[in-house]
Amino acid sequence: MRRAANLLRAPGHGLHSLWERVRVLWHGLRTATGDDAYERYCAHQRRHHPHEPLMSRRVFCAEATGRKWNGVSRCC
Amino acid sequence: MMRKLSGVVLAVVGAFAVGGLALHRHEPINSLWMVTAAVCCYLLGYRFYAAWIATRVLLVDRSRATPAERLNNGRDFVPTHRAIVFGHHFAAIAGPGPLVGPTLAAQFGYLPGTLWILVGAVVGGCVQDMTILLLSTRRDGRSLGQMARDELGPLGGFAALIGTLLILIVLAAVLGLVVVNAMKHSPWATSTVSATIPVAILVGLYLRLWRPGRVLEGSLIGVTLVVLGVLAGGWIDHQPTLRTWFDYAALPLAGAVVVYVWLAATLPVWLLLAPRDYLSTFLKLGIVAMLAIAIVVTHPQIRMPAVTQFIDGSGPLFGGKVFPFVFITIACGAISGFHALVSSGTTPKLITNEADVRLVGYGSMALESFVAIMAMIAATLLDPGVYFAINSGAGVVGSAPEIAVHTISGWGFPVTVEQMRSLAAAMGEQTLFARTGGAPSLAVGMASIFGNSFGRGLLAVWYHFAIMFEVVFILTTLDAGTRVGRFILQDLLGHAWAPLGRTSWYPSVLFASTLLVGAWGYFLYVGVIDPNGGVNILWPLFGIANQMLAAIALSVATGIIIKSGRRRYALVTLVPLAWLAVVTSTAAWQKITSPDPHIGFLAAAADLAAKLATGALTAERAAVAPQLIFNQRLDAALTMLFTALLWLVILDMARVCLRRVRGLPLRSSSEAAYRESRLPGTALAGN
Repeated sequence: MRRAANLLRAPGHGLHSLWERVRVLWHGLRTATGDDAYERYCAHQRRHHPHEPLMSRRVFCAEATGRKWNGVSRCC
Repeated sequence: MMRKLSGVVLAVVGAFAVGGLALHRHEPINSLWMVTAAVCCYLLGYRFYAAWIATRVLLVDRSRATPAERLNNGRDFVPTHRAIVFGHHFAAIAGPGPLVGPTLAAQFGYLPGTLWILVGAVVGGCVQDMTILLLSTRRDGRSLGQMARDELGPLGGFAALIGTLLILIVLAAVLGLVVVNAMKHSPWATSTVSATIPVAILVGLYLRLWRPGRVLEGSLIGVTLVVLGVLAGGWIDHQPTLRTWFDYAALPLAGAVVVYVWLAATLPVWLLLAPRDYLSTFLKLGIVAMLAIAIVVTHPQIRMPAVTQFIDGSGPLFGGKVFPFVFITIACGAISGFHALVSSGTTPKLITNEADVRLVGYGSMALESFVAIMAMIAATLLDPGVYFAINSGAGVVGSAPEIAVHTISGWGFPVTVEQMRSLAAAMGEQTLFARTGGAPSLAVGMASIFGNSFGRGLLAVWYHFAIMFEVVFILTTLDAGTRVGRFILQDLLGHAWAPLGRTSWYPSVLFASTLLVGAWGYFLYVGVIDPNGGVNILWPLFGIANQMLAAIALSVATGIIIKSGRRRYALVTLVPLAWLAVVTSTAAWQKITSPDPHIGFLAAAADLAAKLATGALTAERAAVAPQLIFNQRLDAALTMLFTALLWLVILDMARVCLRRVRGLPLRSSSEAAYRESRLPGTALAGN
């Protein structure tokens, strides 16, 4: 992600870099909203616990929602 | 060199803008002064004060591994880019408080509220948020209550827990009242808000069953439908029979809000609460950005005087002098105890590097404070006469329009019935008189800002869009707050009978939710039947509670800093703590003991009892008087309890500090042991 942010600042060359920037922004948006949470979880499991079974997307998302709302996550 | 130079430029521009704001009199001032003063204050605070606190007071260590790195599980502990944590944290702390508080405080004029929003945020609120965030990050993301228990003792922890529960109850009641007042006798607003419920359920089903976790798709569908709902509401408003289905008085609406929140708190979160939160977050961030752009583009003139005569305590929105009540009323836009709960929850588990707390903690609060400045601008750009006509309860200025405009014009803020009628017509409402609670006047202000920049012909649509945004926003806070309150209540009830403490046992869920919703539903009910509008009672109560929670958080922070042996740096949290202790205690004292029935709860109860006894009340008012009298006494007791909790924690903190100074044994620090970070780029110097 740090690399991604640097990419945004790097001086670009033509269409290729414009596309690159749009792509980086899109990834940032997906991470910020939690849209790619499952993919990131899968990547994490593959790297650190390759032998453990993966949760399905549905189970993972259900668990994530439950976790988020078990604490103070909204304010006045 | 460049950093220093830009710092000097910022300081000069900022001083010029703040000075201009403070010294400007007798002619309208432009809102750009407020925006400039605010932005300069935040940037200076962020660049110098926050950086100094981070390095000298908190000893932020870039090389130290954070819990997100040490405990990374790919789920809740995840090292996340600081820009994204900033977004998450801001979305979590930004609530309706900074919109409502400044709107109400504008009765003192634009100056007192604006100065406190700036000063309070830069040296109080931002510091609190950043400090608690770092302390919690150092303790694996422990909550404020746990930190209070670990570092001060069981007494401090218990007081923090009870304080949180009480603030949730008062908060839910006052926000419920704001919602009710925004929707009463407004078929357009009521139908639009009703439509958000099936839309949220649809999005919930989409994200659960059809496309699990596709947050962006679901939110896009939901936001589109909700915006269409605003337009459909306008259509319904023009249908003679259909509109009567959504035309309700305050009391049935209050009942509906209570039933709805009870359902949202007891149904599974994925069905209603979580999807509604996605909608409200997207709307919130979008509207904050739109409002900022529109204010800069149109830079409206401020029509409210810098200071009004109501600083003497006779204000129509709520009673009490500018000191201490402006500090109580602004609440979340300057410093909010609630933020300490968020800063010690989800956010610390995402922090990649300790150095990020400056952007995430201090920066998010600075942005939140800027939202409060924008709300202040939206309130003060209205004609003061219009502002007071919308926000004064019928019990204060009279229920007939002719009498109300006569009273308000008599204060020196001219307004006519015709002016109010044409404004209401332009906004697509029947009347805007006595729409207390701040939401309608904020919506009128926002509609005129948006109307000037994005199309004037659509004023009524903008107005209802703003109302819908505020209500959706508030309902999310109500749902989430009730849920958190339910957990705390179950935790407490679990001590009495263990099964009640099980948060997933359905009978206990139903019991605790009903208890909690009943508690705030009671205050909401009394607020609705109160002819003075109810906001004048509930908002100060909420303000006192919220500032009390902030003082508890600052006590925990001060205790930890002194325990760690950096006594002279403790002033950073001790000064805002001392100020809040003075402000909340003075406000509480006045609310309890003031002989003025406009301010004191007990005086108001005695006044009403005397009027009831002599038969000076109309039959309608006499019918509700006994309930109002009881409620005023209850409010006085509640205020006493708040003050007692506050001083309990302060004394507990003082005890711990005294033991430290005398070299007596203390509870050991609950900080997690140092481990060097292995993430790339974390040991770099600078920021």
